[in-house]
Parts: sequence; C-alpha cells; structure tokens
Amino acid sequence: MKKIVLLLLLVSGFQLAAFSQDMTELVKKVKAKLDQVNDYVADGKMKTDVTFIKAPVGKVKMYYKKPGKFKLRRDGGISVLPKGGISISPGALMTTSDFVALAAGEAVVEGVKTKVVKLLPLNENSEIVLTTMYIDEPNLLIKKATTTTKESGTYEMTFSYGKYSSYALPDKIVFSFNTKDYKLPRGISMEFEDDAKPSELDKMKNKKGKVEITYASYLINKGVEDSVFK
Amino acid sequence: MWKLFQIELYKIFRRPRTYIAFAAITALIVIVQLGLKSDGKEYSEFIMADLKNSIEVEGNIVNGYFVCYVILQLLLIHVPLLIALIAGDMISGEANAGTLRLLLTKPVSRTKFMLAKFSASAVYTVLLLIWIAILALFASILIFGTDDMFIMKTQYAVQIENSDVFWRYCGAFCFAALAMITVAALGFFLSQFAENSIGPIVATMSIIIVFTILSTMSLPIFSKIRPFLFTTHMVTWKEFFDIKVNDANEAIKGTVQHPERLIRSALVLVAHIVIFISVSVALFRKKDILS
Repeated sequence: MKKIVLLLLLVSGFQLAAFSQDMTELVKKVKAKLDQVNDYVADGKMKTDVTFIKAPVGKVKMYYKKPGKFKLRRDGGISVLPKGGISISPGALMTTSDFVALAAGEAVVEGVKTKVVKLLPLNENSEIVLTTMYIDEPNLLIKKATTTTKESGTYEMTFSYGKYSSYALPDKIVFSFNTKDYKLPRGISMEFEDDAKPSELDKMKNKKGKVEITYASYLINKGVEDSVFK
Repeated sequence: MWKLFQIELYKIFRRPRTYIAFAAITALIVIVQLGLKSDGKEYSEFIMADLKNSIEVEGNIVNGYFVCYVILQLLLIHVPLLIALIAGDMISGEANAGTLRLLLTKPVSRTKFMLAKFSASAVYTVLLLIWIAILALFASILIFGTDDMFIMKTQYAVQIENSDVFWRYCGAFCFAALAMITVAALGFFLSQFAENSIGPIVATMSIIIVFTILSTMSLPIFSKIRPFLFTTHMVTWKEFFDIKVNDANEAIKGTVQHPERLIRSALVLVAHIVIFISVSVALFRKKDILS
C-alpha cells in the first residue's frame, strides 16, 4: 500500500514539474518577443486618477532600455506617478530569467482567453515577491499583470494592443495601485473652511489609484542614451 | 476733489513711515526666496510627506508660481498690520498735528475731503500689493522659473498647468486688493475717533488679530460667527487655485472649484468697505472739529 502511495506521489510530482516547465516555456517565448525591443521612445498621453489629486491630462514621453530602465517625462510639467517609480512597461515586467513559472489556470481578460501564470523570482533579494500574468498564448501578449512588491505594495497593469502588437508593445496601459489616506494639517495648508462633506471624505479613503497611458507612437530600437534615465 | 486726492497722496508718500511697509515686505520676501532657493526641496518633501505614501511627484515643484503661493500665504496675514499704519493715521494724524480744522476751512465739502483721504489710502494699499506682486511673483519666476503648479490643500492636492496659472494670480491679487482695502477702510473708520495715531493703529491691528484667531481656530463654538467676520473672507483668494474636475477626475483647465465662494466673499468685503466709509463720512460730517 505504501509503495502505491509513494508511486502516486512521485507521478503527480513529475506531472506538476512538467506542467510548470510548460509555463516557463510560454513565459520564455513571451520574453523572447519582448526582447526584440532593445529600446524605445514613445509619445503619449497620461491621465492620473487618484481621489485626492486633481490633475490634468498631459502629454508624456516615455523612454525604455533593456533590461528594465524606464523613464516617464511629462512635456514641460510635473508628473504624478505611483510610489517607487515603478516601471510602466511590459518589458520591465521580466528583467531576469531567474524565475519559476507556475500554471494557475485560465481566465478571460477583455474578452480574450488567457493563461494565468504565477511568476516567482528565484533571487531572494528581488523587490518583486510575486507576479501573476494573464498571457494571450496564441499572440504571446501579456494582457494583464498583478505584481506584489516588498516596498511598493501590490499593483496591477492591464494592456491593450494595436499596431505595435508584433513587438508586444501596448497602445494603452492602465496601472492600478493602492493609495493611503491623505490629510495635511490645516496649520500647514492654512485653510480654515471645510472643503468636503464627511460622505465625500469617506469616498477618498482607501481607493485605488490609476495611471492611464495612451501611446500615440513608438520609435523602436533607435538607441536611447543612458543619461535619459538619470 | 482730484487736487485734494493728489495732495493726500503726496502727504502719504512724503512720510518715512510709509516706506517701512515696503522695506518690511521686501525683507520678508527676500528671506523666503533665499530659504526656498537653498532648502526648497526639503520644504516640498516636508509638506508632501503624507502624499508620498502613495505617489511620487516628479518635476520642478518649487517653481516661481509655487514660491509666490507660499509667500502670499505667509504675507497676506501680516500685510493688514502694515496697512493699519497708514490708514489709522489718515484723520487722527491731522488732528494730532492740529491741521484738521485748518484743512476744513477750505471750500471743500467734508464728504469730498473724506473720500479723497480714503482714496489715497486705498491707492497706497494697491501700490503695496503691486510691490508684493513684483517681488513675490515676477522675481520668483525669474529666480525659480515656471512649471505646473502643484499645491497641497488640507484634503487633496491640485496640479494646475503652467499656462493656466497666471490669470489665477491676476485674480488672486485683485481679490487681495479688495481684502486689504477693507482693512484700510476699518483703519480709516477708527481714525476719526482719536486725536493721535497710536490708538486707531493699535485698535485696527487688535481687531484684525482677534478676528483672524477666531477665523482660524477650528472650534465648533466659533464656527457660527466665522462667516460674519471679514477676516474669514480675506483668505478666499486661495479659491483661485482650486480647479474643477470632470466625472473622470480630470482637471478642467480655466475653471475654479467654488466661484460662488469668491463672489460671496467679494460681496461681503465690498459691503464692509461701503459701511465703514459711509459711517465714517456720516459721522465726520456732523463732527465738531476742535483740533
């Protein structure tokens, strides 16, 4: 009896290993597609949607360079970004080959059937703890990614693709992140009139923040100076 | 009356004490600008500490527009005290010097006499604000440059595009002028009740200090009287730097969040000016001038 149980365990263990390997292959294929892009400069528009920030939609320029350098600049203005200066690019999601990819089923994202893959970095010092990717397998495109980090909490990215899908570069990214309560003492703000009703204040608490970037054009593999990222 | 007004202006600007306010304002603004030039980054990080729990703000935050906003926040509470120095002296100064009766022997009505004196103090007030605008806004733009304006309010932060800021300052300075003329009107009103300048000047300063404390203390007991104090309405210029958002939480360029507050406060201040000056003229016309 013991032998049968052992045998069953061994078989199931091998099956799990084999399944995990399949996902690693899929992730490697996606990474290979992303690796076509060594660098890019993109123009687009950025919209910041955080309950306690009133910000206009602004033109932005984004710079990317392998293996994970990313810089976003607002055209002649101030840019509001999620904490930690997180890289808003699919290429920046996979900067290393040292990971374990585990299958976690299937899901439909924006009407597209995707494979759900849990990506665990092998490096203990990695800032990323876990990334869950929703991969459109036939097109090798990441449709959605949820990343849990050590310092910057959990954030989610959804990608919409268009004319640059052959490079796995999105036309639109929606970056969602958790926000904490904000309040400035009246002694510093020097405001003495009550601005919001209690119900409006409740709405502002513990809401998700969003940064939405719509790309207008990409300039791919034309070289980007390292000084841009400083 | 034009001649009378010119004479009053000449008298104001001939006195050395008139320039104390200009010197004090210059010193204060230069100190703030020097401080922000050397430690502006630390200051912006301090006031954005709570905001940085969730987001990062990149760009030239400590720019000329931001610096001007900080200066105005600090100065517009103290400038009334400098205005009281001149406005509180307008009638009492003449009485103290013994020239009031002499002046009224001229063929000019008492109403015109009072209006000319008040107009002169209002011009002094406006010139003081123009001086603040030159130093706080234009000099700060030269020193710190321009960029979007990012200001932290009690419950939220506001980002205003560079091209959408200047007209707001024009509006804010006009509103501040109205607020400061109200102070001048109060000082002018109190000025006729004394025969030396110290009394009306100190009385004006005291009223402003007490009212400002009542306006700024967030205690329920004071919240009912707060709307009736003119000092509450003097800080409404800040409404120019709050912007409306649409349903998608996008800031709408060229808008003000609460224009009704600006209109209400402006009307309250105008009403104060009219009441102070009307009562001053009415009382002065019946007054027995003995000095």
